[in-house]
Amino acid sequence: MQVKQIAVVSGKGGTGKTSVLASFATLAGRSVIADCDVDAATLHLLLDPKIISRQEFKGSKLASIDPDRCANCDLCENACRYGAISELKVDPILCEGCGVCAHICPEGAISLEERLSGYAYISETRLGPMSHAQLQAAETNSGKLVSIVRYNARKLVEKTNLELILIDGPPGIGCPVIASMTGTDIALIVTEPTLSGLYDLERILDLRGHLGVTPLVIVNMYDINRENTQTILEYCQRQKIEIVGMIPFDPTVTEAMVACRSVIEHSPDCDASKAMETAWKAVLQRI
Amino acid sequence: MCDVIISVASGKGGTGKTTVAVNMALSLKEPVQFLDCDVEEPNAHLFLHPLISQVKPVFIPVPKVDESLCDFCGKCGEFCQFHAIAVVPKKVIVFPELCHGCGGCHLICPSKAIVEENRQIGVIKLGQANHIQLAYGEINPGEPMPGPIIRELKKHTESGGATIIDAPPGTSCPVIESVYGSDYCVIVTEPTPFGLHDMKLMVDVLRRMEIPFGAVVNRAGVGDEKVYDYCQAEGIPVLLKIPFERRIAEAYSRGVAFTQIMHEWGERFSSLFSIIAGGICR
Repeated sequence: MQVKQIAVVSGKGGTGKTSVLASFATLAGRSVIADCDVDAATLHLLLDPKIISRQEFKGSKLASIDPDRCANCDLCENACRYGAISELKVDPILCEGCGVCAHICPEGAISLEERLSGYAYISETRLGPMSHAQLQAAETNSGKLVSIVRYNARKLVEKTNLELILIDGPPGIGCPVIASMTGTDIALIVTEPTLSGLYDLERILDLRGHLGVTPLVIVNMYDINRENTQTILEYCQRQKIEIVGMIPFDPTVTEAMVACRSVIEHSPDCDASKAMETAWKAVLQRI
Repeated sequence: MCDVIISVASGKGGTGKTTVAVNMALSLKEPVQFLDCDVEEPNAHLFLHPLISQVKPVFIPVPKVDESLCDFCGKCGEFCQFHAIAVVPKKVIVFPELCHGCGGCHLICPSKAIVEENRQIGVIKLGQANHIQLAYGEINPGEPMPGPIIRELKKHTESGGATIIDAPPGTSCPVIESVYGSDYCVIVTEPTPFGLHDMKLMVDVLRRMEIPFGAVVNRAGVGDEKVYDYCQAEGIPVLLKIPFERRIAEAYSRGVAFTQIMHEWGERFSSLFSIIAGGICR
């Protein structure tokens, strides 16, 4: 059995990743669903997961100064490259937990403490088992938490014999996006026909060159600016990247979101749903 | 004008951060600094068309091991919290993308076998668009860590005027780095369950960071009313509502800030700024 992994990503935020993913999960029947947007997750709003298990995520460490042992020498303050120590207090927001201060302190007054940065969850949903997570507010190291979500999703595959993992990725092209795309079969890039969408598409396509993942493109709300859509089509053609879907602007998509359902579940015959179905068939042919 | 740093954030992507930040900057008469801290996908320059005067590389110091001096004791690998350096029996492997540039391995090496060398992870660009002094960053695709580029950008915050910061989406490290030190944060949301959910996360972040904040509701008219109920219950001021209008969406798609075609909105954005700045500078 060959497990396939599809990551839905976008570069630019708000292009419709989660709406596309929820629709694809509906069309796929049952699959393992992984929400890798761990700092601003929203897929659970549509899928209403019943949490089966929760694990603590300790993503990083935090320096802590024992005031009783501190000799006020300032060495730590000068050694810290993140400017995280001032007046012998550690700023938890700036501290990266590298441990240089603890090493340099002649009094042994500084220690590194693990910080609870969030939780990873395994849940059951009406569309299949789900691996997801929540990074706590103002915490760091989302890439590592994404890797845990991906690992948990693969474990779910082993347990359930399902053959498909659908991954909802975060926006951007940084650490958590790289962690979401690495080792997948297809990166499905959802873009929109705006100048920002086009610019961001070019940047995320640069990224796939580094990761060796096959990219496919969906143009969402293609009819809000047909000229830009044409530019995207031509750009993709030049780059030899396939466009598998063109989804029209359709207020039903927002209505479905408000109803907390995928647009396919909410209104299977609307224009957006039909376009999602066509796109999904095209994706299936590519895997 | 007093020194004021206003950041624009959202939690959820695509709610209109750049729209709000750019239109607010354009609506001002005085010189203003604009820092686009979304270094993964910067977009403000697409609307501002700056004349770029300077492109500066951003580096991070990473270890370089002289294996002729190394006795493979493994202390660097044990020390590194980021697993960026590993010692196998007769070899030291460095993973530069994982390195946070703390310099710990260099400090700890008993054989002085580790020096640091600069590795470029992106650039920052400085330019001018009329009264707006723009700085934005671009991380090289494939690089995981935007933090150092954001920190470099923020060094360009000049005193003696207003600074507007366009933050990246999300609520994790790059967002924190971007809004850190702001006097006020505008949360741009939309009246949908997604917009509301991510706004709540952002509120949580800002409360922990003790940064005052208010909301701008974009695409008002779509979705539901829950975002307003939430703001009222939490005592969060709704500073501005931008309706969902095709003209606004079309202007955005062409890279046009909508106050430039709907002039009555210029005043609304400048009073948005005045209300915020007035509250801080009093």
